[in-house]
Amino acid sequence: MTRYVLQRLLGMLTVMFTVVTIVFIIVRVAPGDPAAVMLGPDATPADVEALRVRLGLDQPLPIQYVYFLAQLARGDLGHSIFLDMPVASALLDRAEPTFFLTLFAILIASAIALPVGIMSAYRRGSLFDQSVTTLTMLAASIPSFWLGLILIQVFAVRLGWFPVAGYGGPDASFLTRMSHLVLPATALGVVSSALITRFTRASMLDVLNDDYVRTARSKGMGEFRVVMKHAFKNALIPVLTVVGLTAALLVSGAVVTETVFSLPGVGNLVVSAVLRRDYPVIQGALLVIAAIYVLINFGIDMLYLMIDPRVRY
Amino acid sequence: MAASSAGVDAPRISTLILQRRTLAIGLAVIATITLLAVLAPLIAPYAPNKLSIVNRLKPPSATWFFGTDEFGHDVFSRTIYAGQLSLVVGAAATALAGVVGITLGVVAGFFRKADGVVSRIIDAMMAFPDILLAIALVAALGPSLATVIIALGIVYAPRLARIVRASTLVIRELPYVEAARALGVPTWRIMTRHVLRNLVSPILVQATFIFAYAMLAEAGLSFLGVGVSPEIPTWGTMIASGRQYVGQADWVTIFPGLAIILTVLSLQLVGDGLRDLLDPRLRKDL
Repeated sequence: MTRYVLQRLLGMLTVMFTVVTIVFIIVRVAPGDPAAVMLGPDATPADVEALRVRLGLDQPLPIQYVYFLAQLARGDLGHSIFLDMPVASALLDRAEPTFFLTLFAILIASAIALPVGIMSAYRRGSLFDQSVTTLTMLAASIPSFWLGLILIQVFAVRLGWFPVAGYGGPDASFLTRMSHLVLPATALGVVSSALITRFTRASMLDVLNDDYVRTARSKGMGEFRVVMKHAFKNALIPVLTVVGLTAALLVSGAVVTETVFSLPGVGNLVVSAVLRRDYPVIQGALLVIAAIYVLINFGIDMLYLMIDPRVRY
Repeated sequence: MAASSAGVDAPRISTLILQRRTLAIGLAVIATITLLAVLAPLIAPYAPNKLSIVNRLKPPSATWFFGTDEFGHDVFSRTIYAGQLSLVVGAAATALAGVVGITLGVVAGFFRKADGVVSRIIDAMMAFPDILLAIALVAALGPSLATVIIALGIVYAPRLARIVRASTLVIRELPYVEAARALGVPTWRIMTRHVLRNLVSPILVQATFIFAYAMLAEAGLSFLGVGVSPEIPTWGTMIASGRQYVGQADWVTIFPGLAIILTVLSLQLVGDGLRDLLDPRLRKDL
């Protein structure tokens, strides 16, 4: 088992190293001089040169790469010139709305997807099952930003139940801030419930006809217990994987949803960084988000070890 | 391949018909949308950029089927014109992802030495959420129609590469490939003639889904203002410009949104239907 954990850890580090290299290449591939682009057309050549030196852009690419790795190894994600603050602090400042948005979205998605997926598999082929299949496909076709706008229209503008946008201002209480997340989390959650529903259904179908489920039934166990305790518990691994990966991918949905709802989160930060070519921020956000994805992946693999005694390598 | 397994499914004729019906519906809808987009100059009652400030934000009516936007543009005309660009971006990004993904996948699956490097790159690329990677690439390459296509092509290539690699690994060990090798058939010929031909079904299915995702992602990029220029009508830019009139002129955002949903849904129906038709082993309900 230790060998397996070490192997996965090594695999994770290799992927992370490749991620770092890809991010380095993406930012350097930009046509033109990033320093000139960042400073805009009014900058003097001396200003541009000073920034080039400050960012290390005057060095040859391999040296820049080594410098970049060394910087990351120290936990330094660089410095945003526009925000005049370290990228890590900028990301941390914006982490709260994104974290809670993703958390609520995944909770909403799971609350919809798990019961519906289980029921759909249990009543396979029924009208309910067919409707679920169609509805999940529909949900997966809806752009989350569009659904966000529709929710704003109905629940914020017409009914006035929730705030239209924003995060409640700097002095807002925790509860007020969270109330600003209801609509965006619903938009994201509904859209991402589609994938989880499909996986739950498929993985329940895999186990519902297994011998141990039949045995449980033949012992006279109640249907609810059979489905939940015997079948669902065994179907949990693929479901857990997809829930975890959806959580990681939700960050990408958050990029767009935060813009719709003007939430001051990481997504919004990235979009504004792109619009003003703030390369250090783009670079830092890409790295952190990819790292979260890789870590969640690793975490899921480790969870397997804990919840399924059959997984022993 | 498909023919040999067709008989196996005899007891499931009803399911098959139903699934083929979804394939038929999906194909019909996507064909209609494509036709509307192609024939937009003939069908659209107004030019997509025709300004008419006096008629701004008019609700849907017999004159303006989908209403008008803040500049008095006819939303119906713009929606069908926008379809042209949205479909072209989706198709071109899928084609690019296809070329890059298939090449990487076959090379990784066929040559063990290349596999390590290519697989690591695929894993790393898939660690980035698609729209975020696309945004970063567009930011690096500079926003334009071409860069949006390139960015989306790069973003979705690993998905195809992964599937192609896995299938190539299986096919390369099959007796007929071994026989071809023993007969001295050159590697490139084995790759194109024997390996790729057998990968047509999974590639086709995956490409349909990538088409759908690419269209969603393009809409997202345009909505954020980091994709094509906001003046160019795409479904994403239309929703972005109608955003500030939510609650006042909902039709400006609703109709382009419905166009995206309908297109992506029909592509998914086609993908699902194709998967069932071409490879019954992958059927979702088995």
